[in-house]
Amino acid sequence: MSESTGTATPDRPADLPAQSPPVDPAVTASLKEKPRAGGLSFWQGDGGEGAKRNLGLIGVLVVLVVIGAATRWDLYSNPDWVWGNTLTILKLASVVGVVTVGMTFVIIGGGIDLSVGAIVALAGVWATTLATQSYGAGGMIFTAIVVGTAVGVVNGVLISYGRLVAFIATLAMMVAARGLAAQISGKQTQVSNNSFINGIASTDVLGIPLLVYILAAVVAAGWVLLNRTTFGRRTVAVGGNPEAARLAGINVRRHTLLLYALSGLCCGIAAIMLTAQANSAQAAMANLYELDAIAAAIIGGTLLSGGRGTIVGSLLGVLIFSTITNLFAINGLSTEAQNMVKGGIIVGAVLIQQVQFRSVTQFFGRQKATTSG
Amino acid sequence: MTQPRDLSRRRMLFGSAAVGAGVLLAGCTSNESTPTAAQTKAADNSGGGNAAPGKKVTVGFSAPAADHGWIAAITNNAKAQAGAYSDVDFKTVEAGADAAAQRAALSTLVAQKPDVIVVLPHDGKELNAFGLEAMKAGIPVVNLDRAFPDALAYRLQISGDNYGMGVAAANYIVAQLKAKGVSAPIIGEIPGIDSLELTQQRSKGFADTLAAAGFKVANRRPAEFTADSGQQAATGLFQALPKIDAVWNHDDDQGIGVLAAVNQANRKEFFMVGGAGSKKAMEDIQADNTVLKATVTYSPSMASSAISLARLIAQGKGMSDLVELQVPKVIVLASETITKENASSYLKLGF
Repeated sequence: MSESTGTATPDRPADLPAQSPPVDPAVTASLKEKPRAGGLSFWQGDGGEGAKRNLGLIGVLVVLVVIGAATRWDLYSNPDWVWGNTLTILKLASVVGVVTVGMTFVIIGGGIDLSVGAIVALAGVWATTLATQSYGAGGMIFTAIVVGTAVGVVNGVLISYGRLVAFIATLAMMVAARGLAAQISGKQTQVSNNSFINGIASTDVLGIPLLVYILAAVVAAGWVLLNRTTFGRRTVAVGGNPEAARLAGINVRRHTLLLYALSGLCCGIAAIMLTAQANSAQAAMANLYELDAIAAAIIGGTLLSGGRGTIVGSLLGVLIFSTITNLFAINGLSTEAQNMVKGGIIVGAVLIQQVQFRSVTQFFGRQKATTSG
Repeated sequence: MTQPRDLSRRRMLFGSAAVGAGVLLAGCTSNESTPTAAQTKAADNSGGGNAAPGKKVTVGFSAPAADHGWIAAITNNAKAQAGAYSDVDFKTVEAGADAAAQRAALSTLVAQKPDVIVVLPHDGKELNAFGLEAMKAGIPVVNLDRAFPDALAYRLQISGDNYGMGVAAANYIVAQLKAKGVSAPIIGEIPGIDSLELTQQRSKGFADTLAAAGFKVANRRPAEFTADSGQQAATGLFQALPKIDAVWNHDDDQGIGVLAAVNQANRKEFFMVGGAGSKKAMEDIQADNTVLKATVTYSPSMASSAISLARLIAQGKGMSDLVELQVPKVIVLASETITKENASSYLKLGF
């Protein structure tokens, strides 16, 4: 039945507000806005007012590095160590980073995906069964990506066509996918004997680890998809106001399905990376990655209710978390303290966002008042 | 929007690709390899008259369905050992996800009136009441590994020695470092889930023994008993300590990830001691081509022993090598150190 909305004429958005009063003007604006070919600065393109927030996150990163340098000057005084440590932080961030790109799309599109950690585990386990390993590296990569995407599609179908709440559908998938992974693996740790797969985590190209290139490629692709394509515009529209998006001729259901498939695809890629890092896969791996990814997206400025968010912000969120982990490791501090600090940073980031958002709306409210009055 | 014709062709393509992928993948879930040889006592059955079939007994069994190689090995061993006796009727119940679920499962087991119950509780404290109840009802309880605090709650307690594991690992490290003449060594530790009591006991045994030799742990990065968390913890450890002399990794399953991190960071200046005693760790130690030079056991073979002893209890027999006519009340397995020299004899106990 949603197919019928596909026939809506493109000029429909113009008379939208008259039909349905609660339409967010920003959504219709973003719909009318054609994807721009270029000419925008990097920051502006990535969601306009996100620029200031991203600068703030970079500030946080700098502060963390300064704290690290102050507490372990014996290590930081060695430039070789600093370079190696930076690459280590990036490698640490790579797997969660890839998952977070998919998560960012889902959240901007108004959903949530609690099953990402479980999908990574299922894809990793499926790709490392002895039967799959006999097909070689290509078979393993193919399997991980297809399994990840397929689970994402199941999520998407349940949510968009089965009308399940995203939280419930993906919660169910989180449990079920880990169960299936445990079933397939027989609860054993499956060692990867494929030197190509294992090499993904230990190979450097031009002095930079391959994992970092993969992260960069996924982030770049995600950025282009969100900011330079109709798919990205539609994602923002669907998340901002699904009803308005539907009236504007977007097939909201199909788009939602695609978002979860995209998240699943990212999980498939992440599964290969994590399997490469650990030289193995097991049903319990990627534990709580869903929370890491959601937290990174949120502190990166993605609105949990959808309609707003940036890929660069999410990446910075992931980098902040992996830098904190690194900071606590090099100082030999306990993980308990680390988790408390992480919790504090999530709360702090969201509080700051609320304040910013409020001041922005107040600013616009005042402007309107002055123009009308 | 896209043109309808275009769309249908694309759908065809996607559809056939999806079907093809599905067919291919379905074949990819098989995991058939050499079946894990369970650690049963069948080999040395000749030790006494106890192996001879006796009174037919029913042994109930319950262990958590946890997602870990060690627990999987516990359940497999128990099943295999029970199967080795013609006079044992083995009844197992799924313990579910937590202590409450296990309590419910155990009450259905009690209703079937087994002669003896072997239970590895989710949590010894939480299931203590069950032990008391079953003992009161006249069913002897064999408490496996995670201890019931109340001595009235079990007939036999058989467990590994977590503190002793730390002691064994530290003893090996101290001996090696002393032999090398290292005076102020840098020692790293990668424990498992830090909130568990067993992890704390292992770490305490390790720290106490090192302290006696005048050494200490320079950095401690906990993982979660999984390979990927082990890899991350080890990577953090290597960043913190540019030069390391020795590392104790509590768990061989997470050790797969730790060894991966060793390769990725290209660190070879230290030696490592593992924990638990997985088959892969023993093979690595035997091959002597990684930094892993030893592992200290916490063997799931205790489940096999628990079944054997449960059978003896139910039949009213004692351990044939001991003078006593009944099975003792508490058995704590010693943590053994496996090195290149003795790995071959332990390989059959690896899980």
